[in-house]
Amino acid sequence: MVNKQGQTRLAQYYEYLNLEERRALEGEIVRKCLARNEQQCSFVEHRTYKIVYRRYASLFFLVGVDNGENELAILEFIHLLVETMDRHFGNVCELDIMFHLEKAHFMLEEMVMNGCIVETSKANILAPIQLMDKAS
Amino acid sequence: MGSQGGFGNSKEFLDLVKSIGEARSKAEEDRIVLHEIETLKRRIVEPDIPKRKMKEFIIRLVYVEMLGHDASFGYIHAVKMTHDDSLLLKRTGYLAVTLFLNEDHDLIILIVNTIQKDLKSDNYLVVCAALNAVCKLINEETIPAVLPQVVELLGHSKEAVRKKAIMALHRFYQRSPSSVTHLVSNFRKKLCDNDPGVMGATLCPLFDLIAVDANSYKDLVISFVSILKQVAERRLPKTYDYHQMPAPFIQIRLLKILALLGSGDRQASENMYTVVGDIFRKCDSTSNIGNAVLYECICCVSSIYPNPKLLEAAADVISRFLKSDSHNLKYMGIDALSRLIKISPEIAEQHQLAVIDCLEDPDDTLKRKTFELLYRMTKSSNVEVIVDRMIDYMISINDNHYKTEIASRCVELAEQFAPSNHWFIQTMNKVFEHAGDLVNIKVADNLMRLIAEGFGEDDDTADCQLRSSAVESYLRIIGEPKLPSAFLQVICWVLGEYGTAGGKYSASYITGKLCDVAEAHSSNDTVKAYAVTALMKVYAFEIAAGRKVDMLPECQSLIEELSASHSTDLQQRAYELQAVVTLDAHAVEIIMPSDASCEDIEVDKNLSFLDSYVERSLEQGAQPYIPENERSGMINISNFRSQDQHDTSTHTLRFEAYELPKTSAPPRISPVSLAPSTELVPVPEPSYPVEMHHVASVPSVSDTGSTELRLRLDGVQKKWGRPTYSSPASSSSDSTSHKAVNGVTQSDVSSTSTSRTRDSSYDSRSAQAEISSEKKKLAASLFGGPSKTEKRPSSTSHKVARSTSPAVEKSQGPKAVASSTTGVVSEKAAPLQQPPDLLDLGEPTVTSSASSVDPFKQLEGLLDPTQATSAANHGAVDNTKAADIMSMYSEFPPSGQSSVIANPFTTNAGDANLIPGLSTTNKTGHAKGPNPRDALEKDALVRQMGVTPMSQNPNLFKDLLG
Repeated sequence: MVNKQGQTRLAQYYEYLNLEERRALEGEIVRKCLARNEQQCSFVEHRTYKIVYRRYASLFFLVGVDNGENELAILEFIHLLVETMDRHFGNVCELDIMFHLEKAHFMLEEMVMNGCIVETSKANILAPIQLMDKAS
Repeated sequence: MGSQGGFGNSKEFLDLVKSIGEARSKAEEDRIVLHEIETLKRRIVEPDIPKRKMKEFIIRLVYVEMLGHDASFGYIHAVKMTHDDSLLLKRTGYLAVTLFLNEDHDLIILIVNTIQKDLKSDNYLVVCAALNAVCKLINEETIPAVLPQVVELLGHSKEAVRKKAIMALHRFYQRSPSSVTHLVSNFRKKLCDNDPGVMGATLCPLFDLIAVDANSYKDLVISFVSILKQVAERRLPKTYDYHQMPAPFIQIRLLKILALLGSGDRQASENMYTVVGDIFRKCDSTSNIGNAVLYECICCVSSIYPNPKLLEAAADVISRFLKSDSHNLKYMGIDALSRLIKISPEIAEQHQLAVIDCLEDPDDTLKRKTFELLYRMTKSSNVEVIVDRMIDYMISINDNHYKTEIASRCVELAEQFAPSNHWFIQTMNKVFEHAGDLVNIKVADNLMRLIAEGFGEDDDTADCQLRSSAVESYLRIIGEPKLPSAFLQVICWVLGEYGTAGGKYSASYITGKLCDVAEAHSSNDTVKAYAVTALMKVYAFEIAAGRKVDMLPECQSLIEELSASHSTDLQQRAYELQAVVTLDAHAVEIIMPSDASCEDIEVDKNLSFLDSYVERSLEQGAQPYIPENERSGMINISNFRSQDQHDTSTHTLRFEAYELPKTSAPPRISPVSLAPSTELVPVPEPSYPVEMHHVASVPSVSDTGSTELRLRLDGVQKKWGRPTYSSPASSSSDSTSHKAVNGVTQSDVSSTSTSRTRDSSYDSRSAQAEISSEKKKLAASLFGGPSKTEKRPSSTSHKVARSTSPAVEKSQGPKAVASSTTGVVSEKAAPLQQPPDLLDLGEPTVTSSASSVDPFKQLEGLLDPTQATSAANHGAVDNTKAADIMSMYSEFPPSGQSSVIANPFTTNAGDANLIPGLSTTNKTGHAKGPNPRDALEKDALVRQMGVTPMSQNPNLFKDLLG
């Protein structure tokens, strides 16, 4: 997750990269995506994989996938994530994610494991987070 | 909403987030983070930090790492936090640890213990948190430590736990397949779990397993089909619905699995036809997610055993994708087309123009995808057009990764389908010129071989033409700066071999050019070596032809310089050249026969030419030769091998002693006597220091590359040249016969057609038709479809290609307008296309967004007339404005904002706030409009926290979903 200025707002990797590699990778792909206009398609090839990205107001959501993945489905997965966050935070905005970084991560943890989409029911995704909220 | 109560964080944290949020540059952000690191280093080691505070520190550490700085000083605190009793703290601890550490980090060992304990917890949320960590942190060595517990959890009463346990096993499988081989049956069992979430998760490991070995899972086809059927029939809980589609992500994964299982298996495929057909019918083609499922259906259909009905349905969907205005759908359409084209090549024809549009689209992603499609549909009839296009594209891009890929594809296609050798050489020249350092060096060898062999048959004149055209093109290119080394080698070789052959160019001209090359690339020994050998050949041919050799002064100085070179190879070549030049015509002709690079060199293995010499020596009392094995009494086979090694390493130092001479020494070329040959043998690099022979071996030194290659490839089927050329039936031979008369026919046709077009060019419509007829031509040449016209346009004759009959042109009219006005349409289409992204909350998108377009435009016109008139970047501006306007109601009118900010988006937003009425009207159409009160509350809260929306980054407050 990156904002319009290319600043990272949330990052999750499913294959380990060290700090340097992350920095370089993020810089490269963010530059590529921010340079595109809204008519162009939401997919960018980068080396051996593809970036699927989607913009919401000030935030860009970028997902790197390998070649076998269904790009359109990933695009909708991003929307599902945003809808889920919207349901939890109510009118979610960049600042919500910044203040509740761990919660955004928890949601993502419920939805994606080992790089696969495992859960797409909003109720199931949010249940543990709501329980935790209640407990504390 | 409950989560927002006061944010539960300290002022410090809020300040940090605020300052990061407002940082305007990476440098500013870095400064903030570096300062934060200092603070944290100091604070985090203080004694008795309250737990809540500690959690905050950990999150701050996460920020530090996320923004690209090292936070390793705090890792241990994250590890400690995983021990905490509080669920929230524990989970935060686990989260931080998974973000910080890779699975081989030293600290992991401290966590494994905690994980083991937590896996046994009564609180299922704790178990879930631990399983999440298992998926990230357990490596091959630690798998046994948690495996039994994970397996036990597969039977847990909570579905969330079962789901995560399955994924943990999946992780173990990814890490080390052997660790879970005995547990694979669990995946099969869990497929039948009565919780859809567990079932959906199980599809992930099953997909991986089936991708490796589909045969072991054929029995599951029926189960997968019935699950898919149930999903499509909406038997799953409503919570899995997404935009009215029943569990689309599960459907997609099931389709992927079926594609694997049905591939090349007719029986399995037949079980799938009904359900896939049902999905084709049921899918909502107006939503993105519906199209995503449809696309997956096409992938599945093109992978399983073909079924005509499904292929038809797939073709329909593809044509809808391609006709769409959305670039995303076009992209998917092109991709789907390239999958389906393998099974039914004829479907490409109807999409010719759409494909051409995509090819010419400024969007690089789309263009690249289209090239992939073209690559897959190349045949001998369209290879010229496709490769030309690819080369143009290759030249236009900078990214080496893609350049290499495209260059190798060009080479591959050219080698496979080249219609003529001449074309092949020209194409290779272009590839070398622009990407020479990126292509495989073998390609250079092949090119030289082709030029040397020519058509390989009795057509000598054609060969000569080919060579002289190659020489000419190289003389033209040779002066260019920065030619890749591999290409220069080819150039030098060809010039040396054939530069003076036609009599068109004088030796001094060619040698001058070669000297230039050697000088211009003084740091590249390989190029210099090629150049020197080429020089030698040119001189040798001159001498053999009886002409006097006047070595150019620059050439002389070059030779002198090289004879003192540090490279022994260069030195040797220079000396050889000097030696050759002093010989008489007869000797030179034998050493260096003209145009003999692919003659087989005859080798007399028995060395019969030495017989007289031996006899004479014996008469003079010399000892007779005793074979080595007789002398030592050993049969030494390994000597042969060492001999070979010796050959290959002639240029390096040898550390072992030289072998004794033996009769089975590598055969040599006879420089003196032309003894009758007994055998044909590949010529290894000569390695014997016999004076006379040394000189004789000269030609083979330079030619080894090509000769050896040639010999090795003998008997291998030719990739290009006559056979393939003539085989693709009449179509391709037609095309060349046209080519032959191109010069004549083209000229008169073009004169008539241009005059006609000039007449009609008053009418803008016909101008468009003209453009599209060009496109159509291109399409025809690519697809060879029904619109194929008399003449195939070659790459350079696009203008000539307009010479279609008027009837065709006319019939193309309306269609052409449609396709070529996309530029105009897209302006309108852009707002149509984008708002759904932001607003798409379930209502029928087409109508609502269409109605919401106009107010924007009006608004825009009211606010900013100058911008409204500049139609060029309408689309983009429209969209961003739409987003801003939609969400800006939540902001307080920023005072003095317009003076601070140069950003057009935000100024627009500011304007929008002045007319709140208009923006609210836009919301009326939405089922779930944003709630202004929520936003205001939130805003007030944020202000209390000390973050003011009027500061630099008002975007922070923008609702993502508008």
